[in-house]
Amino acid sequence: MSTPPPSEPALPATVAVTIDGRRIDVPRTMPHPVTGAPAPTTMMQACELAGVRVPHYCYHPKLPVAGNCRMCLVEYGTPALGPDRKPLSNPDGTPKIRKAPNPVIACATPISPGIEIYTQTPGVKAAREAVLEFLLANHPLDCPICDQAGECQLQQYALEYGHAQSRFDEAKVHKPKQVDLGPRIMLDDERCILCSRCIRFTRDIVGDDALGFVRRGSHTALTHYPGRPFDNNYTLNTVDLCPVGALTSKDFRFRMRVWFLGETPSICPSCGTGCNMVIGARENVIYRLTPRSNDAVNQCWMCDAGRLNYSWIGRADRLAEVQVPGPAGSARKSGWKAALEALAARLGAAPRGSVALIASARLANEELFLLARIARALEALTDSIPRAGEGDRLLVHPDRNPNTRGAQLLGIAADPPGARLPAIAGAIREGRILTLLVFGEDVTRHGIGLDELDRLDLLVASDVLPNATTGRAHFLLPGAAFAEKSGTFTSARGRVQRFAPAVQPPGSARAEREFLRELASALTGEAFPDHASGLFDQMAREFAAFRGLTWAGLGAQGVALPANPP
Amino acid sequence: MPNMIQERRIILEHLDRAGYTPDLGCYRRHGGYATFERCLALEPAATPEGQTLSGPEQIRLEVRRSGLRGRGGAGFPCGVKWSFVNLDSDRPIYLICNADESEPGTFKDRQIIHKDPHQLIEGILIAAYANRVHQAFIYIRGEFIEGARILDRALDEARGAGLLGRDILGRGYDLEICVHRGAGAYICGEETGLIESLEGRRPYPRIKPPYYPAVLGLYQCPTIVNNVETLCAVKHVAAMGGNEYAKLGVPGDPGTRIVCVSGQVRRPGYFEIEIGKATLGQLIHDLAGGLHPGRSLKAVIPGGSSAKVLRAGEKYKLKFARPDGKEIEREAALLDLPYDSASLAAAGSMCGSGAIVVLDDSASAVEALANIAEFYAHESCGQCTPCREGSLWMHKILQRILRRQGRPADVDNLERIAHNIPGGRTVCAFGEACSWPVQSFVAKFGDEFRQMTAPPP
Repeated sequence: MSTPPPSEPALPATVAVTIDGRRIDVPRTMPHPVTGAPAPTTMMQACELAGVRVPHYCYHPKLPVAGNCRMCLVEYGTPALGPDRKPLSNPDGTPKIRKAPNPVIACATPISPGIEIYTQTPGVKAAREAVLEFLLANHPLDCPICDQAGECQLQQYALEYGHAQSRFDEAKVHKPKQVDLGPRIMLDDERCILCSRCIRFTRDIVGDDALGFVRRGSHTALTHYPGRPFDNNYTLNTVDLCPVGALTSKDFRFRMRVWFLGETPSICPSCGTGCNMVIGARENVIYRLTPRSNDAVNQCWMCDAGRLNYSWIGRADRLAEVQVPGPAGSARKSGWKAALEALAARLGAAPRGSVALIASARLANEELFLLARIARALEALTDSIPRAGEGDRLLVHPDRNPNTRGAQLLGIAADPPGARLPAIAGAIREGRILTLLVFGEDVTRHGIGLDELDRLDLLVASDVLPNATTGRAHFLLPGAAFAEKSGTFTSARGRVQRFAPAVQPPGSARAEREFLRELASALTGEAFPDHASGLFDQMAREFAAFRGLTWAGLGAQGVALPANPP
Repeated sequence: MPNMIQERRIILEHLDRAGYTPDLGCYRRHGGYATFERCLALEPAATPEGQTLSGPEQIRLEVRRSGLRGRGGAGFPCGVKWSFVNLDSDRPIYLICNADESEPGTFKDRQIIHKDPHQLIEGILIAAYANRVHQAFIYIRGEFIEGARILDRALDEARGAGLLGRDILGRGYDLEICVHRGAGAYICGEETGLIESLEGRRPYPRIKPPYYPAVLGLYQCPTIVNNVETLCAVKHVAAMGGNEYAKLGVPGDPGTRIVCVSGQVRRPGYFEIEIGKATLGQLIHDLAGGLHPGRSLKAVIPGGSSAKVLRAGEKYKLKFARPDGKEIEREAALLDLPYDSASLAAAGSMCGSGAIVVLDDSASAVEALANIAEFYAHESCGQCTPCREGSLWMHKILQRILRRQGRPADVDNLERIAHNIPGGRTVCAFGEACSWPVQSFVAKFGDEFRQMTAPPP
């Protein structure tokens, strides 16, 4: 008889813990926020899984733990062991728990089997009150002029754990104010609670060891590396991370109280990554773009370039009027109905094969779907404009179009995008293409110059801002920016994500979807749904790449294309 | 005087003797490095249980047997500390000698460094050899410029004599010792703050868990951090054997320790005593020359400025083991307290770093506390909230009281702040260090504080 070799008993994957009297099984380990390696699950993570909120400042789920604010102190107990190292039981058979004498920080303390965590005891509340009193001792009381007011964790917890009356009767510590940290960030050192989130983010996530503390004790101050401004493409994330108003965005500060901002979920249109974001707007003006958490895409970060890429939406020279051909080559204003009827008639009369369509890969899938149907009806040659830049290892994709993938899957863009542009230019020169439809691009900067445009019988242009192409257009159809319409983008990694309108387009400008639907109906005789949701669902039925997806199923976080698991 | 207590000089045996110099030749003439050579030559030996112990294992066993407690302040048993290190780790094991002596009232380590540096080096050699360490550091307080020079010189001598470097004394053991000067902060003496500083960063103490030095210490490798005096004691444990060393002192706190007596005494200084065999009264009166004429004792801070103050006239209940093993309780006055960790703990304080600060009746409790609080407010590293804000707050209140602008609420506020800092609420023991003096001074000298903060009549 041989016995099998003794093997290490595998540790169970979960650990039973009790949080405020409620038992829950939590994973034994969870991925480290930076390395991804399994790390022992902490009390804070267990509480989050149990839906128990533990107040904190320095802890952040996507950053290495620092453990310095001490706001997340909790009490705990572990199963009591007898002299034989066996667990002891109470008379009723439940395990006897030995309560630890001191509180611990939930963010850094690992759980152990049978542990009981107490987050609501008088001792815990007293500890939180004490920490808060210490944090407020030297904090300026300038909430009325602080940009963080309304989304400030210090305000939040002061409401829950603070005293109305300060017992601090001394002169406060004075530190540098209005510190110009870099091109996009201002620092108020007096407001800083020294949680080090910004330092850890820029050092451990971005890889730019740009920020640090100087001096000691209560005089400690945040600063940037001497002689080098805090300037990488991710600096504005520190403004989001800052739990107080120490770090503020030069772009946003003093422009709007945050509680006046409407928040609209959206997708950043600045590259193929498709960072999830929130548009903050009030009274039809966009004030800021901030990241929206999505672990499959951007965690909770966004690049500075993407965040600041919105001011053009409110430009005074936005295209806001429909134009149709007037007498003797002139253009004249028109209503949408007449313009679309006239345009449909012109296009319907165009000889098949004499039409080309260039559509931006910044347009939504639904718009590109309608354009694809129009192109099919007109037997048009199609392509998009490539827009390449430098990528980085964090978020920025080298493809600066948000929807190249969608444009390709829907048959608009060549592979690689722009491959058919020389052929289109050549066909115009040779007189084979007489009608050109341009959506969202200035083709004069991409190989189809003014000479070529002048040879056309019919130039249709749709855009949001004027350019050389729109200036030559016979039909000009003012469109909408991403923040003014609903739709979806397909990211470079094949994730389909929804965005929603935050503001209204100016004047007569309309979401492209709305007028393309009418044009497509006129040219194909089919009826198309009048909402992005219906269009998306129809597209998903017709195009294999999107099969199985539904608008509703995309939810807030988007879904990977069926053939592209995330 | 028959009851006059005498020093028991083991570590300080040769120090301060005429003609004793800090060079290698003098140290060797006095038997220096013989213990290390014997340690290096130890052959594997069998235990009664039939185990075979290597030389390093035998040294570790002797240190464990000795019961030696760390002399830096926390008093943690040295052998237990060593046992936390995983010697089979595939990562290097580091030994750091903590020479960042900064606790106000403490000036013992610098005596060793200045006057007998080779004794420390021998202690490091033995501890390093016992724990498979091949790189050791002496982290010396930044202000000890001369001490660092002396150590560097001594290390050069040792290196020249084949006592350091590769293949030490032809026995195949390698060790380098590097002197690193601190940047001038009290917190650099906290062992994880020290490690951060040694790694080139701000000395922010690390959170524990997970950063216990024995597991994730210097460069995330297993690390032993021992005080200067502790490492010298290790030499004597190795020389005498653990059991013999444990006969010195008292059970639970064996050996000798160097006590620094300062404050309002006639002959402040450092004295090596057998632990528990001298009372506070003997230390103050016999060794430190007693109080100045016409003065009476007011208070004693028995273990460095962070230790809780003891007030003259207080009575403490001490427990003693009778020869038959039964425990008896005895009441002791302040000056009758034996100087050992259990007795000081029973009195509600600690031996800490062995620094006794004596206050006579000319001293103001409020001024004394304000002095201590100023130090801690200045030295708080600022990493974690309660200590950073609390230490400065207490300092500001005390300064205001000294300016005669105290208010009756100040006493309660001081008590509350000092209560809200320690007890697991801070990253390191600095929280305790800055609040214990406030707690104890306010509790024991409340009348003085109330008088200073009373509203004008």
